[in-house]
Parts: sequence; C-alpha cells; structure tokens
Amino acid sequence: MRVVPSERHLLRARDLVDASYAEPLDVDDLARAAGLSRAHFSREFRRAFGESPHAYLLTRRLERAAALLRATDRSVVEICFAVGLRSVGSFTTSFTRAYGVTPTAYRASFPPASQYALIPSCVLRAYGRPQHRTFREDDGASPA
Amino acid sequence: MIKISFAGVWVHDQDEALAFYTEKLGWELRADVTLPELGGYRWLTVGPPDQADVSLLLNAIPPPPVLDAATAEQIESLMAKGWAGNVLLTTDDAQASYEELTARGIEFSESPEERPYGIDCAFRDPSGNQFRLTQVSEPAVV
Repeated sequence: MRVVPSERHLLRARDLVDASYAEPLDVDDLARAAGLSRAHFSREFRRAFGESPHAYLLTRRLERAAALLRATDRSVVEICFAVGLRSVGSFTTSFTRAYGVTPTAYRASFPPASQYALIPSCVLRAYGRPQHRTFREDDGASPA
Repeated sequence: MIKISFAGVWVHDQDEALAFYTEKLGWELRADVTLPELGGYRWLTVGPPDQADVSLLLNAIPPPPVLDAATAEQIESLMAKGWAGNVLLTTDDAQASYEELTARGIEFSESPEERPYGIDCAFRDPSGNQFRLTQVSEPAVV
C-alpha cells in the first residue's frame, strides 16, 4: 500500500464541510476529521486549497443559502438555520459582503425560471461559492 | 458511429481502487493484466455489471521515464485535492443507491438532493476522484 498524500486527509475534511454544512460544524471538527491539531490543520488546509477552513465552511454555507434563496420560497431566517448558521444578523452581514446585496434583494434579482437551467449541482456548488471577504476588505469598492 | 468504450481516472493505489470499485461500488472486474515487457504496466479496468461496453480504466501514476517525478507529484497532489477526475453515473433510484452504497461503507459528500434535472448525490473514490450519482427525471420537451 502506498503512503496516502497528506492532501487526501485535508480533502476528507473539506468533503465533511460539503456533506455536513447544515450541522453545527466548526474548524475543530474539521481538524479531527483530518487527524491533525487545529493550528496545523488550518495551516495545511490553506496551503493545499488557498483559503482557510473557516472561510471554506462559511462560503459553502453562503453558497447553499444563495441556492435556497434562488430555488425555494423559504424565509431568510429559515434558510440561515438550514445552512448551519445560528445568527441571522451575521448571516445577513456575511451574505451581503459576499454577494454585494442583501439576501432579500438577491432573491428578488432572480426570476424563478433560473432554477430550470440543467446544471449539475457539482458545477453549481463549485462555481457558486463566493469569494470570502473580511471586514478589512469592506472599505471602498463594492464586491465584484 | 463513435461510442465511448474506456475512460480513465488516475488512482493512488490500484489494489485499493480495485477493492473499492468491486466490493463497495459493486462493479465487475473487466481486465487485470500486468505486462512485464512494458515495465510492469498494469492494465486494470472495471465497469458496471449492466453496461458491458463501457469500462473505467484505473491508471496508476507511472514511474520515470514514462512520466517525470515532478509531473507525477503534481498529478498525485491534484488527485488528493479532489481535482483530477470526474465521473457522472446514473441510477433508477438515487435514494436506494445512496442507502446501498452507504451501507457498504462509501462516504458521500452530498446526500440525495432534488435538482431540476432529477435527484442526485456525490461521493469520492479512495483516490479523490469525484463521482456524481443522478436519478435523471424525464427530460423536458424543448
């Protein structure tokens, strides 16, 4: 048996985000899934995938929320909890920072027909995830 | 008429891959031939029991001089990060397949979810190749 590349363990943690984003998952859980200490895990994850595990988890939740806003009529509060976030205030702030508009305005900008585009959800998930943005980036230009 | 007969994915370890595809995914072994005259190259193919004319080729990353070590390392890394291979499968019943494969120890990264084109879910092979399993709904008339 060949030695498994270390990235494969990190991918396992990233897959856990994709599978269990709706649950109260945090970076400690991800580090455990990869079998690494939290600090080492965060460093290695960033090295392999170019962003922190926290950013991946948050943007996956925001991407799933955006998909639910486009494809369902569930309320913003319900959607916030459905994607594993527990504060509607921070959800609205993070969403607005990532997508440039509030969840309600985002929903209003999509005609219902858009949900019938036959795009596999792997494509949806990979391409729909927003760039992670921090408070520091809020100065000046609005998000792309 | 041109048809697909084989498509290949890189695998980290051919024995591990063979066990996964035959024991967990439930596919059949099609060919397992090692050629000493080609430096021990192992032609290893598997496929779904009900689809005899399409096989998946499980390719080991070759050693030098076939492939230089630096490139081999890049492939290895891409594969481990989950960006090397992509296979889309269909099933008559996504929920039933999901439960059956989960019971055999396959870990899904997406559980069955309704999409405009049907119901689908996703898992990986041990090497990190991404598989999507879709129950396709009747196509809409355009």
